[in-house]
Amino acid sequence: MFELAVLDSALRMATPLILASLGGLFSERSGVVNIALEGILLTGAFASIVATYYTGNPWAGVFAGVFAGVLISLIHAIVSIVFKADQIVSGVAINLLAMGLTQFLTWIVWGSSANSPSVQGMAHWSLPEIWGPVARGVNVVISHYPPLVYVALILVAVSHVVLFRTPFGLRLRATGEHPEAVDTLGVSVHAMRFAGVLLSGAFAGLGGAFLALNTHQFVKNMSAGRGFIALAAMIFGKWSPGGALAACLLFGYAEAVQMGFQGQAVPTQFVQMIPYVLTMVALVGVIGRARPPAAIGKPY
Amino acid sequence: MSRFARLSQLLSPLVAVAASFLVGGLVVVAIGENPFHIYAILFRGAFGSVDAIGLVLFNAVPLIFTGLAVAFAFRAGLFNIGGEGQLYIGAFVCTLAGLAFGGLPALVLIPLLILASAAGGALWAAVPGFLKARFGVHEVINTIMMNFIAVGLTSYFVINMLREPGQMTPQTSEIAFAGHLPRLADSLSLIGIPLPQANPLNFSLVLALGAVLLAWYILYRTTLGYEIRAVGMNAKAAEYAGINVRRTLVMAMVLSGAFAGLVATNEIMGFRHRFLDNFSSGLGFMGIAVALLGKNTPLGVLLAALLFAVLNTGALEIDIFTDVPRELILVLQAVTIILVVVGNEVFARRVAAREGRAAGVPLPVTEASGETK
Repeated sequence: MFELAVLDSALRMATPLILASLGGLFSERSGVVNIALEGILLTGAFASIVATYYTGNPWAGVFAGVFAGVLISLIHAIVSIVFKADQIVSGVAINLLAMGLTQFLTWIVWGSSANSPSVQGMAHWSLPEIWGPVARGVNVVISHYPPLVYVALILVAVSHVVLFRTPFGLRLRATGEHPEAVDTLGVSVHAMRFAGVLLSGAFAGLGGAFLALNTHQFVKNMSAGRGFIALAAMIFGKWSPGGALAACLLFGYAEAVQMGFQGQAVPTQFVQMIPYVLTMVALVGVIGRARPPAAIGKPY
Repeated sequence: MSRFARLSQLLSPLVAVAASFLVGGLVVVAIGENPFHIYAILFRGAFGSVDAIGLVLFNAVPLIFTGLAVAFAFRAGLFNIGGEGQLYIGAFVCTLAGLAFGGLPALVLIPLLILASAAGGALWAAVPGFLKARFGVHEVINTIMMNFIAVGLTSYFVINMLREPGQMTPQTSEIAFAGHLPRLADSLSLIGIPLPQANPLNFSLVLALGAVLLAWYILYRTTLGYEIRAVGMNAKAAEYAGINVRRTLVMAMVLSGAFAGLVATNEIMGFRHRFLDNFSSGLGFMGIAVALLGKNTPLGVLLAALLFAVLNTGALEIDIFTDVPRELILVLQAVTIILVVVGNEVFARRVAAREGRAAGVPLPVTEASGETK
């Protein structure tokens, strides 16, 4: 159960969750609920495969995934910030839109609404061997996982710094706690919330790109609830990047173990339920109360 | 409510539906097909024969139940995204009872199974209701989590313990025949409507219509309904008026879950007669869309469910007879919801601005959505 192979695949499983939950974090910290993470993941996954398919370059796919994530989250931003509509309703609609649109476009692009053909995956990072033993040493670390795994881990640290050590982060968090105060100080609440929601689109779009490029193709509904697990991880991690990372690793580990145990004594369904049960327990406060930003869900 | 307000209540869903058809038409044009042709096939698929209309009604039934579930909770200010989980548990409990009490006569077993369906859904919804009332935990997250837990639990039991002997399909054995809801084909042919025998439309339709009436009656003619609406409008004011807000929240969730659970009357008692792992494929989520479009009123839910059923039924025809994939309909439905949501806010602001002017009070636009700050 603790073999290296399982831990290894746990980190891979956790990567899209980490990215999506960081995304959720920025949105929710600015005061906008984002249950559209699921749809954004799916959109990012689709766009990344389309771009990779046409350019042959997975990095173009990565950018397309991020871009598509930002685009679809723009809908969420406009509907819930400008029109002040219910944020949960908007999220539900975007999830539905992403599901329909990706299947529809999969059919348009490849003539099948189930999946895309196989595309090139991402090459692992590595330094040329001729650089000597140092390069080989570095390669042990940096070429073990697909590049986006490292990117995700770096982004956790960056997100922490941005949220807790920069004026932008302070304003973003203040917007989620007490928008009136932010407004009084002359900072635009709408601008901060747009930033939060669009950042969540970029992160979750990147997560979708990893998900799809890691399997080398787009499969309909391939997000398969990961957006909701990421949401759960964000809550379980008490709305902080480090906490979200820990939760995602735990949930990724559960997923990896479950795959290793397929068809064996441990019922996979129960392993799959772990994230959901833990999140409910965390919300009730059995293991330290998880408290959402005060102004979350309230249009301004 | 002023006449303008009433009119806009009606207008925003209609405008949204019309606009989404327009958007859908543009998408069809963009891929080089004729939208009129596609829509003609869509509506032929939904209304072209008695069989098709029967299918539309059959597809509308679960949406009526899940739509009522969402709308009912919404009136108490609760967002029940857990219809999916609640209908799984309702269907599961219904199937268990149908397998266990095979010896009972239909007259006893059918009401028992209907109650079991409602009870299963109610039980599952009571948990987030209780957590909200007791600990103040937002019901949205808990209902989402419980959807996944419900799917996992039922899947485990169906695959590992209740699987039909000798079958690979992850499904239970058939429930007792006495627990089947009769199909409507025979009864309808008595009054001259030639619904084919194979049409799956069954008596669950009658239950669904009854549920619409019941929801209306509870909401507008009972103390509980009054309390639910009062809590939904302003929980603090309701509390000062002496309403037990916590109890009302739990009751609203319980009844909401019961409506969702009743999906089993159509899916299990009327159609499949057994529990199939993962059978729902999003009926609970479509209920959210139905409730939104129906403005969270029982009659609105009925109409919205019918519209969505028309689209879903016609979509099959589009898939078979044209080069456009049926996913077009999913896009159409999503666009409808987004437009309804935006439309509601726009109209609400116009109403507030108008009524503010009429009363001589200049209302700031931002206050109009009612939930600002």
